[in-house]
Amino acid sequence: MERKFSRREFLEVSAQGAAAAGLASLLDGFGWSGPQSAEAGPEAQPFTFAYISDAHLYEKKLNKRFVRSIEKTVADVNALDPQPDFVLFGGDLAQLGQKGELDLGKEILDGVRAKRVMMVGEHDWYLDMGEHWRELFGPDTYSFDHKGIHCVVLNSVIVEDYWTAPKLSPMERMKAMAQLDNPNGRPFTVGEAQREWLNKDLSAVPLERPIIVFSHSPLYKYYKNWNFWTDDAEQVQAILAPFQRVTVVHAHTHQVLTNRIGTIRFHGVLSTAWPWPYAHKGLPRFTAQQDRADPFDQFDGCGWGTVEVLANGGVNKNYNLWGRKPTKVSYEWLSTVNEATLPDPYEVGPHY
Amino acid sequence: MRKKSAPFTLLAMLAVGLIAFSFAAFGNPSPEVKSLGSVPCGEEMRGVASEGRVFKLCDGETKVAVQVADSERTGRMSREAAQQVAARLMEEWAKMKQAKSPEAPIVLAHKGEPHTRREMRTWDTELDGAVKEGYRIFHDSSLGTNGISCDMCHPDGKDTHPYTYPKFQTQLKKVALLRDMINWCIENPLEGQKLSDEDSKMKAVEMYILWSNKGEVAVPGKH
Repeated sequence: MERKFSRREFLEVSAQGAAAAGLASLLDGFGWSGPQSAEAGPEAQPFTFAYISDAHLYEKKLNKRFVRSIEKTVADVNALDPQPDFVLFGGDLAQLGQKGELDLGKEILDGVRAKRVMMVGEHDWYLDMGEHWRELFGPDTYSFDHKGIHCVVLNSVIVEDYWTAPKLSPMERMKAMAQLDNPNGRPFTVGEAQREWLNKDLSAVPLERPIIVFSHSPLYKYYKNWNFWTDDAEQVQAILAPFQRVTVVHAHTHQVLTNRIGTIRFHGVLSTAWPWPYAHKGLPRFTAQQDRADPFDQFDGCGWGTVEVLANGGVNKNYNLWGRKPTKVSYEWLSTVNEATLPDPYEVGPHY
Repeated sequence: MRKKSAPFTLLAMLAVGLIAFSFAAFGNPSPEVKSLGSVPCGEEMRGVASEGRVFKLCDGETKVAVQVADSERTGRMSREAAQQVAARLMEEWAKMKQAKSPEAPIVLAHKGEPHTRREMRTWDTELDGAVKEGYRIFHDSSLGTNGISCDMCHPDGKDTHPYTYPKFQTQLKKVALLRDMINWCIENPLEGQKLSDEDSKMKAVEMYILWSNKGEVAVPGKH
């Protein structure tokens, strides 16, 4: 079921959530003053932010493996010098949305030195429909301005209600959503209410203002069976299309992943917990694939990364795959490369 | 080596059963029996009620009337009568197979006789059941102790590349089969106890992984 909320309700929820989570102080320095605050500004001041994502934590007494991974990531990010302006957490902090999992995640992320920007994933949401996540971290949809960039955080894991009719329990619903290859699942959406909110939020933003959208799902259509997919992607892209410089940073796919649709550039992020194979169809040609992970190395194929925001509002995207050379997808390359000259990704491998 | 077809085996069992029952019950000679013809099961078999007994063939779709003596029309037949009935049923079965495959048979491994729909349905049903059990185990965290299940890294059984085994697995320092890697995953990422080769769970997981990768070309040793 899609969450329906009016703009007024959203602002109220935002305010409540912000108060509950201390979000006001969290966003201090981002120029946060509500969705209507964006004004035309000068070119962006270059800055860097880091990302940590898809930690999929169980409670520590059950599983220490994924705890080790996110703790290693936090240590890596804290070792950055200079420190990033903020750290995006890309969603799926928990594996099954349980209070103990989310509390553990918050405890670990509280150790991040830089400011934190939180985004929700389906593993955080579908046990209690995001209730505990919002208590801990505030609203799931919001925007803020930072150094000339308008940043939007979406909850893009909304699916239609397929649990009420068969009377699934909250945990049954959660497990159904947690299964990537669930043949009975439903595609992710941003949903009508958030699209309406996004339209209003961006109505006050000048078209030349660079925009970075944070989304858990890819905001395009890659592979539906694994929900590497946003069903209303075209409608969201249409809202973003008038803007001159739009970057989408998304999670969920656990792999190096690059795309460009019109003027919108899309970058995936890595998981700290495990990598996913590339789907056997739909992979964008812009993606320079990471090699298949070594199962004997817990950390291989996983990692974190940074995003360098340039003065023109474009971004260089860095993937820090543990134990491998860092991979950079530069703004210049992604902006200028001719898609027709790129090889079919399924002809160049790697082969899964 | 090819195996005997399922219908033949079933028919043989039917005949043996008839013989055993009848011999035990009566043990006396019986008159010659003859076939009165066959029709699809859904059709009425006219004019045989007074002199025949009706049997269903093992395709599940054809019934055959066999003329027997009055004494053999109900209850258990004598051993000799049952043997003759079985022989008539075999003849009808051969005719049925012929009638159902008017074109040149494509599958020659079964003596030129194509598979019946019932055979294929049985195979599909049995395989489907086995694969579903593998799917269930593959998607269940009970193989391990830490909540992790196979599908979390291998959605739809992908990135398991069963078609590359056997191969020298450097990290295991030996030529490994798919099951060796399954056990490695159970013991390490899943932190569980490895399964024996004969464990039905191991077989089910292997079946699901192989089924999930159908169509891939087998290249043992590939890295």
